[in-house]
Amino acid sequence: MKKEKIYQHIAFFGLRLSVLTIISVLGLILWFLAKEGFSALSWEFLTQPPKNGMTEGGIFPALVGTLYLTSGAILFALPLGVFAAIYLTEYAYQGRFVRIIRLGVNNLAGVPSVVFGLFGLAMLVEYCGFGPSILAGSLTLGILILPTIIRTSEEALLAVPQTYREASLALGVGKWHTIYKAVLPSAIPGILTGSILGIGRAAGETAPIIFTAACFYAPRLPHSIFDQVMALPFHLYVLATEGTHFEKTLPIQYGTALVLLGLVLGINLIAIVIRTGLRKKMR
Amino acid sequence: MTNKTKIEAEKVNFFYGEVRALKDVSMCVQENMITALIGPSGCGKSTFLRTLNRMNDLIPRTTLAGKIFIDGEDIYSPAVDVVELRKKVGMVFQKSNPFPKTIFDNVAYGPRAHGVIDKATLAFIVEKSLKRAALWDEVKDKLKQSAMELSGGQQQRLCIARALAINPEIILMDEPASALDPIATAKIEELTRDLKKKYTIVIVTHNMQQAARVSDCTGFFLLGELIEFNATNKIFTAPQDKRTEDYITGRFG
Repeated sequence: MKKEKIYQHIAFFGLRLSVLTIISVLGLILWFLAKEGFSALSWEFLTQPPKNGMTEGGIFPALVGTLYLTSGAILFALPLGVFAAIYLTEYAYQGRFVRIIRLGVNNLAGVPSVVFGLFGLAMLVEYCGFGPSILAGSLTLGILILPTIIRTSEEALLAVPQTYREASLALGVGKWHTIYKAVLPSAIPGILTGSILGIGRAAGETAPIIFTAACFYAPRLPHSIFDQVMALPFHLYVLATEGTHFEKTLPIQYGTALVLLGLVLGINLIAIVIRTGLRKKMR
Repeated sequence: MTNKTKIEAEKVNFFYGEVRALKDVSMCVQENMITALIGPSGCGKSTFLRTLNRMNDLIPRTTLAGKIFIDGEDIYSPAVDVVELRKKVGMVFQKSNPFPKTIFDNVAYGPRAHGVIDKATLAFIVEKSLKRAALWDEVKDKLKQSAMELSGGQQQRLCIARALAINPEIILMDEPASALDPIATAKIEELTRDLKKKYTIVIVTHNMQQAARVSDCTGFFLLGELIEFNATNKIFTAPQDKRTEDYITGRFG
C-alpha cells in the first residue's frame, strides 16, 4: 500500500514537471518577445511600409501579405481537406486502398516544409506559370496544411456517434443529407480545431513561401493574386540574415515576431469563440 | 390471425462474413398487429429485425439469402430504393438516439429531409407526431429546448415521434425499453399497444413479460433459427417446442 503511494507520488511529480517545463518554455518565449518587441510596436509600425532600407518604418505590407497568404491557404485547404476526410470516413470502402491513402496523408504531414516550397516552385510557379505570387504561395501553404486538416477532420467525423447516422438513415434520409445534416454539425468543432492548427502553421512557415510568393521588399500592396507579397515570417528572416544593419533592426525583428504571434493568436481566438458557440448550441 | 399479411420472410439466411446468423427464417407478420421477437442474446432476433428495413446493408461483408416481401414486394430486389423502403419501415433503436438538436428539429428532421419546408405544415406534423408518441403534453412548452435535456424515457418517446413523423407503415423496435426504468417502460408499452391501430409493429425484446403484455404474435429465436412462431397466448401457455418451453419458463437463456 505504502509502496503504491510512493509510486503514485513519483508519477504525479513527473507529470507535473513535464507540464511545468512546457509552460515555462512557452512563457519564456512569450515574455522575451514581449519585452524586446513591445517598444517597437506602434500604430505607425502596423500601418506604414518599411523605410530607409528597412531599418525604419513599419511592417504593414508584410502583415497584409501574411493575411492574404494564410486566408488563401485556408480557403483552398479547408474545403478540399474536409471533403477528402468525408470521402475517406463515410464513403470509401475501408480496404487496402483507403489504408494506403491514409498512410500517404500521414507521411505528407511529416514532409519538411522546404520540400513543399520546392514543389510549389516547380509545379505552380514554373509549370503552371503562376510566377511567384499570392496564388502560388497560398496553394503551396494550402498543400502543406492539407494533411493536418484531413487528419483532424477525419478524427472529428469518426468521433460522431454511429447512432446519429443510423437514426438518420433509418428515417429514409439519403446518405449525403445524413452526412450534411446529422454528422457534419457534430464534427464542425473538431474540424475547426484542425483549421486552427492549419492557420497557425500556414501563417508561420517561411520555407514554402520563399520561392513561391514572398518578396524582399514591396513598396505597394498587391493588386491581384498574381502579385508577389511581403510576408511576416519572411520579413523576419530577411531582417535577421540579410540585412546590412542587423543590429539596428533588432527591435523591428522582435516587433515583427510579436505581431506574427499576435496575428496567429487572434485568428485562433476567433476560431475558438466560434467553436465554443457551436458546442453550446449542440447541447 | 385473420389480418392481412404485411411482411413475409421466406427462408432468410444472413451471414456476417462466414458466420451464419440466421438460418432459414420464414415468418408472416400481420398488419396492425404487434409481433414480438424473443430469444437469448445473440440468437439473431435483432439481425432479423434489421433485415426488414435493410439496416444491415450498412455493415460491410454481410450477405443475405432468401426473400423478404413487404406488401408483396421483394425488398431486396435491385429495383427497390432503400431510402424509399426506410420511409415506409421506421425504426426505433435500443438506445435512444436523438440528434443534438432541439426537440422540434428532431421530429422535423425526417419531414424536412423529405422536402417539407412549409413552417405551418412542419409544426402540424411535429405536434401530431409528439401527440401520437404521448410526449406532447410534457414538451409542448419547450420545443426549442435541446432534446439532450429530456429524460431517457422521454428521449425514447421522442425517437418514436421522430419515426412517426415520416408516416411509416411499419415500425421496427429494437428493445426500445431495455435501458428504461419500469415506469418509462410501462409508458412505452402502452404507447406501443396504442400505435398498432395505425401501424404494424415488430418489437424485439429481452423481456418475456413485455412480449406477453404487448404482443399479438411471438416468435422465439434460438441460435439463428426461428424455433416457434405463433399467437402470443399460445406461445406462453402451450408452447409446441420443448426449447420454447424451457426458455419461457426460465430454464435457460
